[in-house]
Amino acid sequence: MNAVTKVNLSNGLVVQLKEVHTTPIISHWLWYRIGSRDERPGYTGASHWVEHMQFKGTPTFPPGVLDKAIAREGGNWNAFTHLDWTTYYETLPAEKIDLALTLEADRMTNSLFLTDEVESERTVIVSEREGNENEPLFRLGEAVQTAAFQRHAYGHEIIGLPQDLERMQRADLYEHYQTYYRPSNAVLAIAGDFDTQEMINRLEEVYSQFPVASTAGDQDMPRPARPEPPSSAEQRVKVVGPGEMTYLQVSYHSPAAAHPDFFAFTVLDSLLSGPTSLNMFGGGGISNKTSRLYQALVDKEWVVSVHGGLQATIDPFLYDINLTVHPEREADDALKALDEQLTRLHEEHVTEAEIARAIKQARALFAFGSENITNQAFWLGYAEMFANYTWFTGYVEALEQITPEDVLRVAQTYLVPQNRIVGLYLPNGEKGEETDDDFE
Amino acid sequence: MTTLNNTPGAKSFPGAHDIYRTELSNGITLLVRSNFNSPSVYMGGYLHCGSLFDPMDKLGISNFTSLALMRGTQHQTFQQIYGSLEAVGASLGFGAGVHNVSFGAHALNEDLPLVMQLLSDALRLPAFPTEPCERLRAQMLSSLAIRAQDTGDQADMALDALLFPNHPYGRPEDGFIETVKNITLEDLQRFHQRHYGPNGMVIAIVGGIEPQQALEGVAQALGDWENADQPAAPSLPEILPMQAGERKHIAIPGKYQTDLVMGVVAMKRTAPDYFAASLGNNVLGQFGMMGRIGDVVREKAGLAYHASTSISASLLGGSWEVSAGVNPENLQKAIDLIHQELRRFASEPVQAEELQDSQANYIGRLPLALESNAGVVNALLNIERFDLGLDYYQNYAGRVKAVTPEMVLEAARKYWTLETMGIVSAGPALSDAPLPA
Repeated sequence: MNAVTKVNLSNGLVVQLKEVHTTPIISHWLWYRIGSRDERPGYTGASHWVEHMQFKGTPTFPPGVLDKAIAREGGNWNAFTHLDWTTYYETLPAEKIDLALTLEADRMTNSLFLTDEVESERTVIVSEREGNENEPLFRLGEAVQTAAFQRHAYGHEIIGLPQDLERMQRADLYEHYQTYYRPSNAVLAIAGDFDTQEMINRLEEVYSQFPVASTAGDQDMPRPARPEPPSSAEQRVKVVGPGEMTYLQVSYHSPAAAHPDFFAFTVLDSLLSGPTSLNMFGGGGISNKTSRLYQALVDKEWVVSVHGGLQATIDPFLYDINLTVHPEREADDALKALDEQLTRLHEEHVTEAEIARAIKQARALFAFGSENITNQAFWLGYAEMFANYTWFTGYVEALEQITPEDVLRVAQTYLVPQNRIVGLYLPNGEKGEETDDDFE
Repeated sequence: MTTLNNTPGAKSFPGAHDIYRTELSNGITLLVRSNFNSPSVYMGGYLHCGSLFDPMDKLGISNFTSLALMRGTQHQTFQQIYGSLEAVGASLGFGAGVHNVSFGAHALNEDLPLVMQLLSDALRLPAFPTEPCERLRAQMLSSLAIRAQDTGDQADMALDALLFPNHPYGRPEDGFIETVKNITLEDLQRFHQRHYGPNGMVIAIVGGIEPQQALEGVAQALGDWENADQPAAPSLPEILPMQAGERKHIAIPGKYQTDLVMGVVAMKRTAPDYFAASLGNNVLGQFGMMGRIGDVVREKAGLAYHASTSISASLLGGSWEVSAGVNPENLQKAIDLIHQELRRFASEPVQAEELQDSQANYIGRLPLALESNAGVVNALLNIERFDLGLDYYQNYAGRVKAVTPEMVLEAARKYWTLETMGIVSAGPALSDAPLPA
């Protein structure tokens, strides 16, 4: 693995650089420690909306200029808002990277947030949400997430609640931007075909406009962390909507990424429902047809599909098991079949061979992900958002330390009824119909 | 070699200088490009047994057969097949398109022999065991029930049916619930026996492997495969533009958003005007934040989260489409705005600066498309499928730069005849008022 250089600029910006000279490309990621986790009631969706506004221009790059500037150079760019973070990336031909450096430094502080643009983006985001609401699994996931967190801000969808999207104004969004978008709240990660010292020199120039970080730290950045108290009983939620299929989402409160149990949970997830790939770009996944749940639920025809997912987050989030119930079965029976497998995990040690398999799968996923410079740069910053880069470099080694006792303990700790939310999507059976009209 | 520097960074792109291409005596074409920077290898390919062979009453049989290949072979059960694949973190999958059944595999370098053996076993000796295949059928039927509720899928399917009546391009590769129920396991066996064979099969391998080693692996696994009965593709009706415009709405209760697609019949991939149309499409609905269409529908009017255009150009013809997801109340407004832009696109040349932007975009993005093993495999298969020449990517910049605004206008005029366009929306029911058009 190529060496990573970490630099702390005087304004507080943390820079992670990794030279990769296999192809003339550079990928540049700017990560902010702001996501839906930090949103107050009434302002849900602000982080995501601000992310949209970051594409709406600065005095140097007026609206409509930014996207064209990147596209003209053949670059890829986009942004993502998550529970804990918001990130902006550009992957460009190496000789064009200065565009990414200057525009990201520029929009860290100079975005316009024109009122007209805020209003136009309001309807775009409402439209994005309506597109999500067309999907039964979004509706079910939102209901489960809401039930799972009574206090913590993980309880609302990142896109925000409809009433907040209608209510928030330009001033709310601009305040959010000014509060959280600053060098001391960001990590800049760059991988690709460059010289490290030259890149450091250039970054010092580009970010020289920002003052030295205050010694008082970031006390003026509100972090309304509201720890979620342990739940005392299983919760059940039901959503009724269009369609013919019944879905179950069984979600367990799971450990934070930096918690020692996270790695044992990763092994557990891998053998229970198949390995989860944390790569955002490239590599593809590995099927889960020999996982315990596939064999017990799909092969036995209780469900037609099963997927599990564990996310790396700052605070404890959710481990989701999603089931599409077989059309000729009942959801309760599918849940019973699932519970039999969970009971088995509580009562029996998993085998060393199962753990070895999970490790090999993780190693393969890492190798696949490293084919792509964008994904390499992604990891440089992503791991810093919930732990640090050594979390990533030590990932496989950490999995290798996991024993059958660890997996048993984690199953007994987390996969218990009082720690879960069972979500059921029941179809109302309405079907569509087609109408024709020649328009001549 | 004079063209090598035609495209910036071209020496890092695949070309005749580093693509190994050979044909086995049984008709298999092998393309290999070594990449020793990579600890893994990607393999992709196709065989000529796609859905164009599907009988009307058994639509979906090609797809069903391809998915069933991995459900058990004469040597291994379903669980054994996936047990060996998943144990090493590798993947192998099949799926049907109209012309071809395609496959893709990903593995660490040391596991390629295992994947090659499974590929051979699945292609040559599938057993179509009853229980695993019936489970697969139930999964396929569930997917079709989900598809029936998906506004985007429903709109796309209905537009394909309008653009390509009586042609396999107008029919879904995964069939319909009734036709998939009609297919027996004996049908799968017969379909496999008749249509699967090495003639015309293409395999591309990219990763940490020498070409000679790849050749030996393929020759050992598939070199003695024969199927004397393998049929040629059936003759298909000519693809013609629509004779009159058509408007359809598919009502799906309980939805919050309407998916809209508007499209026309367009060119095949090898048509001389493909490049001009493709660059024009970039100006129209791709460049930056989805080109002109994105600018008016999303950026200025705020009507949609996505609004863009695409060309789908295949061996025999293609389509050129606009798609958007809008609030049902804004449907007519979106259609009107898109109409305006299409009218302008088909009547005025794109501006020189717009075209230059798109040309720069095409040339600049190539290294990104070709950085991963999977990206290069796709490029090699593209070269082979459309007979583009091994130096296609070496000469790419020259082709892109040769397009002029007049060429774009000519293509736009030829295909975007707005009075014969198909317009389909899928979402909540419309009011009783006449359909917007």
